[in-house]
Amino acid sequence: MSAYAADVAALARKDILLEIRSRDTLPAMLLFVVSALTVFHFALPEDSSERAETGLLWIAIVFTALLGLTRAFAAEREHGVLDGLVLAPSDRSAIWLGKALGVTFFLVLAELVALPAFALFFHPLSWELVAAVALADLGIAAIGTLLAAMAAASRARELLLPLLFLPLVIPVVIGGVGASVAANPGSFLAFLGLYDAVFAILSWASFEYVVTE
Amino acid sequence: MIRARKLSKRFGDKRVLEGLDLEVPRGGFVLVTGPNGSGKTTLLRLCAGLAAPTDGELEVDALRGSIGFLAHEPLVYSELTALENLDLYGRLYRLRERRERSGAMLERFGLWRVRNERVATYSRGMLQRLALCRAFLHDPDLLLLDEPFDGLDAEGAELLHAELAERSRATALVATHDPEALAARATARLALA
Repeated sequence: MSAYAADVAALARKDILLEIRSRDTLPAMLLFVVSALTVFHFALPEDSSERAETGLLWIAIVFTALLGLTRAFAAEREHGVLDGLVLAPSDRSAIWLGKALGVTFFLVLAELVALPAFALFFHPLSWELVAAVALADLGIAAIGTLLAAMAAASRARELLLPLLFLPLVIPVVIGGVGASVAANPGSFLAFLGLYDAVFAILSWASFEYVVTE
Repeated sequence: MIRARKLSKRFGDKRVLEGLDLEVPRGGFVLVTGPNGSGKTTLLRLCAGLAAPTDGELEVDALRGSIGFLAHEPLVYSELTALENLDLYGRLYRLRERRERSGAMLERFGLWRVRNERVATYSRGMLQRLALCRAFLHDPDLLLLDEPFDGLDAEGAELLHAELAERSRATALVATHDPEALAARATARLALA
């Protein structure tokens, strides 16, 4: 394993270990996504369209991700750890990639509960929906981790992160809903893949400037 | 090793450092003194590369991985143990035999007994000892220490003196409210107003 990959793995493993010990983020994400789907189940009329139901699933996923992202750099804010990581000679983008992998892991765990709950409350899952959710997770984690790092440096971080994050994930919702209900899911999945690639490269390249003044 | 010319740092309208000239030769040990808000911490952060000057020039002849930085905060994860924290830093600093090195540092600063306890359970003095272990872990050539005796008891202060004596070849910039504690080691003093 290269030194860069070893750094990324160590940082991602550390995030998972911190969550196992503190149980700060994942239980909140699980509770939120299940509660939201339950509310949507009772709020929608019985003859609602699949398109409306799928749209609500994407809303639940986006806000669950936002909940996780608000906590993404909480451990680094405490005791100023981000300064320590930034001073290390390893590539600073490894901090972003390790954190993004951790965010993806927690999001996937939340969706392992959310998707069966959605199937139970609304309609069966299609492979296109599952593929779209998987692709969306990568894009959400990529751009969300960068924005969470930017917001972490601000005093108004709880306000700033949603303001930055929500406009930038509108394409994810368009792609995700399109891939789930349109006649040509392939083009929407390709759009999500392109979004992932563009924002992953942008975030990877710009993270160093976000964490240094 | 450190050369500053007309160095200034402002945060919005607030001037923290203004037109500072400074030269610290290799192996020099400079004490930085001054009242609260005079820019001691800001100067160390500028030298560490954690902040950028507003004006002026700053040259620091040290690689990022050769700086030992001690901040007001310990820069460690509270939900990890001391050993896990140092192991993570050791990996990021590419240290060979990092576990042995981490263990040796913890032993030297009297934290070996509590190495497997979560940092969240540590007292202020223990946190400062761990912060010193982290700052010295990779044998840095340049020490940037902000109030190194803060929170230390008499034994901890002795251990720090012994550590600094062993590292007499390193260049050091030390911000302190108690310059007499390190007066014997200092090669120069910088008083910020």
